[in-house]
Amino acid sequence: MTKVSMTVNGKAVSAEAEGRTLLSAYLREGLGLTGTHIGCDTSQCGACVVHVDGKAVKSCSVFAMDVAGSEVRTIEGMANADGSLSVLQQAFQDNHGLQCGFCTPGMVMASAALLADNPKPTEAEVRHHLEGNICRCTGYHNIVKAVLAASGQDVPAVAAE
Amino acid sequence: MPKDTGIGASSKRREDVRFLTGVGNYTDDLSLHAQTHAVMVRSTVAHGRIVKIDTARAAAMPGVLAVFTGEDFAAVGGNPAGWLINSRDGTPMREPKRPVLAHGKVRHVGDAYAAIIAETYAQAKDAAQALSDDTQIEELPAIVDMKAALADASNRVHDEIPDNLCFDWGWIEDNRAAVDAAMQAAPHKVTLELTNNRLVPNAMEPRASIGEYFPGTGDYKLTTTSQNPHLTRLLIAAFVMGIPENKLQVVAPDVGGGFGSKIYHYGEEALVLAAAKRLGRPVRWTAERTESFLSDAHGRDHVTKIELGCTKEGDILAIRTETHANVGAYLSNFSTATPTFLHGTLMSGPYKVPHVYVNVKAVFTNTAPVDAYRGAGRPEATYSLERVIDMMARELGLDPFEVRRRNLLTPDQFPYQSPVGLMYDTGNYQATLDKAVELGDVAGFEARRAASAAKGKLRGMGLSTWIEACGIAPSNLVGILGSRVGLYDAATVRVNATGNISVMVGAHSHGQGHETVFAQVVAEKLGIPESSVEIVHGDTAKIPFGMGSYGSRSLAVCGSAMDRAMDKIIAKGKKIAAHMLEAAEGDISFADGKFSVAGTDKAKTFGEIAFSAYVPHNYPLETLEPGLEETAFYDPANFTYPAGAYICEVEVDPDTGRVEVASFTCADDFGNVMNPMIVEGQVHGGVGQGIGQALLENTTYDENGQLLTGSFMDYAMPRADDVPFYTVDASCATPCTHNPLGVKGCGEAGAIGSPPAVINAVIDALHRGGITHVKHIDMPVSPGRVWQAINA
Ligand code: FES
Ligand code: FES
Repeated sequence: MTKVSMTVNGKAVSAEAEGRTLLSAYLREGLGLTGTHIGCDTSQCGACVVHVDGKAVKSCSVFAMDVAGSEVRTIEGMANADGSLSVLQQAFQDNHGLQCGFCTPGMVMASAALLADNPKPTEAEVRHHLEGNICRCTGYHNIVKAVLAASGQDVPAVAAE
Repeated sequence: MPKDTGIGASSKRREDVRFLTGVGNYTDDLSLHAQTHAVMVRSTVAHGRIVKIDTARAAAMPGVLAVFTGEDFAAVGGNPAGWLINSRDGTPMREPKRPVLAHGKVRHVGDAYAAIIAETYAQAKDAAQALSDDTQIEELPAIVDMKAALADASNRVHDEIPDNLCFDWGWIEDNRAAVDAAMQAAPHKVTLELTNNRLVPNAMEPRASIGEYFPGTGDYKLTTTSQNPHLTRLLIAAFVMGIPENKLQVVAPDVGGGFGSKIYHYGEEALVLAAAKRLGRPVRWTAERTESFLSDAHGRDHVTKIELGCTKEGDILAIRTETHANVGAYLSNFSTATPTFLHGTLMSGPYKVPHVYVNVKAVFTNTAPVDAYRGAGRPEATYSLERVIDMMARELGLDPFEVRRRNLLTPDQFPYQSPVGLMYDTGNYQATLDKAVELGDVAGFEARRAASAAKGKLRGMGLSTWIEACGIAPSNLVGILGSRVGLYDAATVRVNATGNISVMVGAHSHGQGHETVFAQVVAEKLGIPESSVEIVHGDTAKIPFGMGSYGSRSLAVCGSAMDRAMDKIIAKGKKIAAHMLEAAEGDISFADGKFSVAGTDKAKTFGEIAFSAYVPHNYPLETLEPGLEETAFYDPANFTYPAGAYICEVEVDPDTGRVEVASFTCADDFGNVMNPMIVEGQVHGGVGQGIGQALLENTTYDENGQLLTGSFMDYAMPRADDVPFYTVDASCATPCTHNPLGVKGCGEAGAIGSPPAVINAVIDALHRGGITHVKHIDMPVSPGRVWQAINA
């Protein structure tokens, strides 16, 4: 066990980790940040997506030690400074982009990274970008709608239903 | 004007805020003082005799606190089947014991025969590997194929069951001869053999359980990913562990999806309780995704031959089916009800069919148990029926829309006694079909087809008109049919002294949004703001004995209990108001949150009455108890019958066989809709799963019983770019006549109605493209299967 330090949601943190400790486990068990979820063991589901130095990363696919010193942002760090929901989070609520909420942290983190790179994505770009995030509840309709709405675009009439 | 509060409003979900900010409370998020970690040791072979488990090395490994094997649970009970099915010859189904840990034999890959408890998860996992290496299992031939299982009496999943047959069920057996005769006499007969592919439910939250034991009181606590904590408690108490119910608290906190797979009690729940007691420390277990694939109850897995007799004009005269239903290695709790009473009773669909007979043989195999998955039996019935009707239309050269119109029940035929035992209360199947035709722009199809053709794609349109029976009950009827539980639900409405309300409900929300919708229903009836209502669910220590959520039952059954409890609150409130206002009770009316005296302006608000009930200074204490809290149990008088019409358009690439869903339109009748936003979301989710079944998902065991699709790398889950935006509508409502809210249930509809619409569209595309030799392709219609069918 060694102490691994990094910045998470703007705060300097450190916790014990083994060489094999994944970033996802470091966040959940080491720091008690359980908003980041584990939905699989093959890096396929995307429930664990966080931002490492501004890039969307599946936290189950990197070792905590390898990102020591990085700036990490998790779902717990996505709300506005006053605690209110950010535009993207609010769009998820307004558009019913979540049901059980388990995929949601990863969906929000992945979508936030998309919008940072591509502020006005097309429907196809949103769907393509979220290809690494599985949701079993929503059929994706309202997730895609939420991301388009958060980008400030008129959600296409077809999605209005 | 759409409403912005109460019944019919698209109220935003209050549960979203915690999920969107990462502070949900799922089982695995809990961390307890002095907790320990369990890892299950699972069979790597499909079928084998356990020769020896040498626990010495694993037990001595660093951090290991305990090793459990089947031996430790030999004296306790088994996990029972919740529904007794009798075979056609009157004999009861075969019910092998389903132990907490496999004992003597392992019966499927993933069958847990031991468990390690250690200080850390990594230590438990290391020791589990060691124990697996130190276990000797004599491998036996695997029984995978259902028909082979029945044919070979020498190879048995359970030694005491000679032909691997659980039951051979006929519905309705007494009608069999009449159906055979009608089939014989029919001018035209259509026969179709099809497979309803085996699915893994794959709720995104893997199963997890935490056991605690409190030596001071002898109490146990189980925190678990359950759709129905009371049922889990009952099963553990009455059948498996013998822990008295009042010594066991079961909590299902936030649960990340269920779709059926978290209805059932699983061995890991008993294991963590037993281990917590032995160690005096909390014991936690969380499935890895691979374990979920191996050990969650799977869904579907029917092989069916369906025959349809009709006139040359397309009037359906008779339907006869023969199905082999895989139940896997053990009977999961509702595995025997799913292919029978949730399947056979739906085999006349929304149609007037005079003669129907259903035969189901349930077969044990060396595969994971199979049970209810979203829709549970009803998707299987709908798929068989909607495929064979399309085939009939094609064989007779008739239009599939017209064929359905010809056979659909008409509004004047309700209530309708079906030939397979159900009494449909209301419906207007023409209306939903018309609506789907309009919203799906059927008139514009030809232009879209031409546009697809210009791109080299074959476009097709598929229809499915479906019905389901949900809100399952009534208890006395299902009791006659073999259910071993009641199917009522319960709610307690507690009006607090300051006028806000806690409602304790038996239903459980794992994505459905009950905390929001139930509050809307309460707010509407009591005339108070939604924000004054709190819905409490998921904890046996807080809620009355209800049956949880599955089968689209929450509002229809638990919502009705809530409504009845509120009736009692209002009735008591009137008595209090009559006293306070010095009026006769009969003169008090309640509306908009006020108790008022008829014909006067004298009134008391709901809050004033609540306060008076708890501070009863001016109160009829001689005749009325203080307090304002009421419980109601509601046992439904009938099933509810949601129905709808779904239209799917696909584009098929004839060169690669790839199918793309171009559009999907749903017109549903769910009765009254409480929150349109949530109802639409439920349909989206169901359709997404149905498209997954039709195009992508398949659970494959090889001939040795090895699961070839044991991860998200091999099992194709639908992803955002596999599906389109859906068009959904629930405006053609015929309210349910026998529950107070007039609701029918919407949770499973999408998964029931969609697979046949997709497959009908694919076959239609091929035929319109001149590829007329393809009569049927089994799901999932992967590019490979479609290409092979085209080039056969
Ligand atoms: S948990 Fe990281 S991708 Fe599934
Ligand atoms: S909301 Fe449940 S998995 Fe996406």
